[in-house]
Amino acid sequence: MDHDAAKFIGAGLACIGMGATAIGVANVFGQFLTGALRNPSAAGGERNTLFLGFALAEAFGIFSLLIALLLLFVIK
Amino acid sequence: MADSPIEQFEIHQIVPLIKIAGHQISFTNSAAYMLIAVALTAALMLGATAGRRLVPTRMQSVAELSYEFIANMIRSAAGEHGLKFFPLVFSLFMFILFANVVGLIPYTFSVTSQLVITATLALLVFFTVILHGIWQHGLHFFKLFAPSGVPIVILPMIVIIEILSFVARPISHSVRLFANILAGHITLKLVAGFVTAMIGGLGVLGWFAGTLPLAFTVALYALELLVAFLQAYVFAILTCIYLNDSLHPSH
Repeated sequence: MDHDAAKFIGAGLACIGMGATAIGVANVFGQFLTGALRNPSAAGGERNTLFLGFALAEAFGIFSLLIALLLLFVIK
Repeated sequence: MADSPIEQFEIHQIVPLIKIAGHQISFTNSAAYMLIAVALTAALMLGATAGRRLVPTRMQSVAELSYEFIANMIRSAAGEHGLKFFPLVFSLFMFILFANVVGLIPYTFSVTSQLVITATLALLVFFTVILHGIWQHGLHFFKLFAPSGVPIVILPMIVIIEILSFVARPISHSVRLFANILAGHITLKLVAGFVTAMIGGLGVLGWFAGTLPLAFTVALYALELLVAFLQAYVFAILTCIYLNDSLHPSH
């Protein structure tokens, strides 16, 4: 296969990971909302954990984006 | 066109200094922006609290709020003993926050989009955890890798997995911040490039069609500002959680 074509196919495959991450991030917020609607007075105290969980889940999507960018711009 | 989103991350030498073992050490644009981040932090904290009023002014209130924010974060994650690490966590948080936000100004260089800088900060935290843990608890620190209540049969495998996840910490710690800022800046550059591409490609019609990518750029800027704050907060709170492991190593 052509070297450049393989690079672009690899970058496209790496983006599938971002779709999976979207599910994970939405899961974090969804579970927070479920808990917050059951117990609204306790929801404010858990807001810090919410942002921490969001950033940790999003990190893996950013890792896969990093692989795609590496393939596109860094690999010669 | 494929090359231009990456050119913003090039390092330019401003003042060449010395040569060590064939590598040119110089004062680069990266170093200049790191100095700007430190200078802004110092100006905020020192300048705002210079008046030391009992009823604070607005700027002094900002400085006090940021102090309390980090102090509460450390207390909740690492307990009261963790406050001895307050200078480290506060410096990390403020440096990363100001470096992220200053990097969003057009034509500036984003310091935290360089892996070597975020890796240095993450390794600083990693070695602080190990060295402080060994200094305070001796070899009992390594009980971190053997949680209590694990059956003897699977203990070797658990120890290996725990060690691997411990060593993976600085990697994920640094790459999370680096990749978030890098991806954000590349996306900004790309979408902003669409505005000029539309004008160039469609002529007069492009002036009207170009407002769509422009609006998207504005929304993306708001998202990047949120990411700047969030990534600084996540770096700081993960630092507190890792420091908690060195302060109280038994599970």
